[in-house]
Amino acid sequence: MKRTKIAFAMTAVATVLSVSACGSGSSDPLAAGSTPAAKADAGTIVVGSANFPENALLAEIYAGALSAKGVKVDKKLNIGSRETYIPALKDGSIDLIPEYTGVLAQFFNPKVSATDAAGVYAELKAAVPSTLTVLDKSAAEDKDAVVVTKETAAKLKVKSIADLGPQAKNLTLGGPPEWKTRPTGVPGLKKVYNLDFKTFRPLDAGGPLSVQALKNGQVDAVNLFTTDPSVAANGFVILDDPKSLFAAQNVVPLITKTKVNPTISATLNSISAKLDTETLGQLVKQVVVDKKDASAVAEEFLAKNNLN
Amino acid sequence: MTWLPDHLGEVLSLTVRHTYLAGVPLILGLLIALPLGWLARRYRGLYPILIIGTGLLYTIPSLALFIMLPLLLGTKILDPANVVIAMTIYTIALLVRTVADGLGSVPDAVNQSATAMGYRRGRRFLSVELPLAVPVISAGLRVAAVSNVSIVSVATLIGVQQLGSLFTDGFNRAFMEPIIVGVVACVLLALVFDGVILGATRLATPWQRAGKAPS
Amino acid sequence: MINRILAWLTDGAHWQGDDGITRRLVEHVGYSLTAVLIAALIAVPLGLYIGHTGRGRVFVVNIAGAARSVPSLGLLFLAILWLGPKLSGDIAFLVPAGLVLVVLAIPPILSGAYAGVEGVDPDARDAARGMGMRGTQVLRNVEFPCALPLIMSGIRSATLQVIATATIAAVVGLGGLGRFLIDGLAVRDTPQTASGAVLVAVLAMIVDLILALAQRYLVSRGLTGRYVTVPTFDAGDVSPPAPTLQHSA
Repeated sequence: MKRTKIAFAMTAVATVLSVSACGSGSSDPLAAGSTPAAKADAGTIVVGSANFPENALLAEIYAGALSAKGVKVDKKLNIGSRETYIPALKDGSIDLIPEYTGVLAQFFNPKVSATDAAGVYAELKAAVPSTLTVLDKSAAEDKDAVVVTKETAAKLKVKSIADLGPQAKNLTLGGPPEWKTRPTGVPGLKKVYNLDFKTFRPLDAGGPLSVQALKNGQVDAVNLFTTDPSVAANGFVILDDPKSLFAAQNVVPLITKTKVNPTISATLNSISAKLDTETLGQLVKQVVVDKKDASAVAEEFLAKNNLN
Repeated sequence: MTWLPDHLGEVLSLTVRHTYLAGVPLILGLLIALPLGWLARRYRGLYPILIIGTGLLYTIPSLALFIMLPLLLGTKILDPANVVIAMTIYTIALLVRTVADGLGSVPDAVNQSATAMGYRRGRRFLSVELPLAVPVISAGLRVAAVSNVSIVSVATLIGVQQLGSLFTDGFNRAFMEPIIVGVVACVLLALVFDGVILGATRLATPWQRAGKAPS
Repeated sequence: MINRILAWLTDGAHWQGDDGITRRLVEHVGYSLTAVLIAALIAVPLGLYIGHTGRGRVFVVNIAGAARSVPSLGLLFLAILWLGPKLSGDIAFLVPAGLVLVVLAIPPILSGAYAGVEGVDPDARDAARGMGMRGTQVLRNVEFPCALPLIMSGIRSATLQVIATATIAAVVGLGGLGRFLIDGLAVRDTPQTASGAVLVAVLAMIVDLILALAQRYLVSRGLTGRYVTVPTFDAGDVSPPAPTLQHSA
């Protein structure tokens, strides 16, 4: 026992030593280059994004428009899930991120109840923590959806999530890992539709794992996004959501309050004004299917709408 | 392969970040492992403790370390310093043993001669034991370098940009080219690190070239 | 923090069920053992052959060196995108993840095996030949037993690396202890992440201890008797791969 204790003590010493050494190491000029200087320059806006292509694309659009207006921009894309990037927003690692009204409102206040676009937006504004704020919402919507293959839909005779009913107990549901505990994920499906799936399989946020897992039968139903071009490409069926488990999901910029100024809010609001669901879907397709760079697609969009 | 020519600039800047995140910890780790390795040699009772203790560090999965460091240190979640510190810990884990064994590989007769010539402990360490241990330490450093270059790419999962970002970006779009470019760039970067360490070792051990054919 | 980890680990509910610790532990051990076993079946014979004949040494050493520097995460994503659509059912993700772990495990075992055979005392080899043994007999009765300590340490370091790296299987929706890291990260549940890390580290230690004991019994007494004065051959030794072994590249 003593030996392990000493071993742990030595480990701790080694760790502390390394930590203190790194403290001085990160003041190296190169480090300053890779650590966007949040403290050094209050004028720089750090744009973040969640870890799926559409969100990274929206972040590129925000970043491109802002830098066209002379705002200093730094990008930190593909950070992770909401549970990760909201803390990053709060600790100042990032200042701005594209968000979705319904899920965001639910994240800050699990008790929200509105499902229509305006109601959700009003509840969101009330729920956002005091250091953050949302600007205008856009008409573009990208909802979470429960998706099945055409064959499954025919075999189970389902058109909506509600139709799954008692059959759910024979089905495997797939989705991003955070779905296991999120109010819109497994707990929401249970609460709103009284669905008990056989198992939940953690995959990715509407990415290739989810698509492949649905295609080759590792899961029977999966969480994808309504703008996802692979839904149409694979003939997947998006199940209706009659009880509006997934509230309105309008794209909206979430930003640190102290970073907002008239230029920034005017620029981001004009982007929101130009975005609708169809446009967003086409933009995402260019990135995901045509493999164009998100930054190039963003630039094209901005040029077309005189936002650059 | 049309992706790479269009994205050379991006790949280059990611490579620079990757080099920094993998390289700085090598230097920091070596600087910390040297005194620890020396301690392990000097006080025999410490040897197993230090070796096992640092060995344990190596079994911590990198992803877990990346996630937990901000909480332990109070750093920002996306701060690259978290990655630098994590990689330094792995480098120490690999190098303490190497340094101790390297110092141990210096023949006793040499140490005794140095003492007889009037070298005190500190000077003997710096000008006799350490230089003679360089080949062994360098071998350990090469292993650490290759391992660092590979592990750093995992940091993409916590949102820190480097060559691993190409993996997530490509994977999210089911697009193989960026991933292949990222993997190849990592392998090449590891080769460069290896070459630099080999070159530095040659410079630091001129006596090795005297009698041997080049390897 | 430590209290929260302990609380998480000692909560009985976290040990049971489809996503409980017990199940994840079994999955993790399953992935790791399978990968090391397959890697050993490939790398040990290959290493013995190279060490015995000296043929293809440069080639294999360079390939193994390069394989070491291939980032596992990138290789995993490539394997999923490439193999995933060609397979169906659960193996669509299992095979790519297994492949990555095998690639990771081969280099240390390979270099252990050929370095072990190469390091065999030439006098012992000559003596065996002098007794009339043929090439394969020399390999089986002299070189292999003499190389066993290095083969075993190659396997041990491969096992440690595989156990730590098998956590990335969870990135692509598989099980194993990595699930706690990924799920914990996704919902910012730090005690869960930290507990996952602790479990992986403890598992690595225990497995290494078992392999160290196995090594004691497997290696011929004639050899251990000779090596017993070397302090690094200690059963409690869970240190990372001995770099001197790996730099023979």
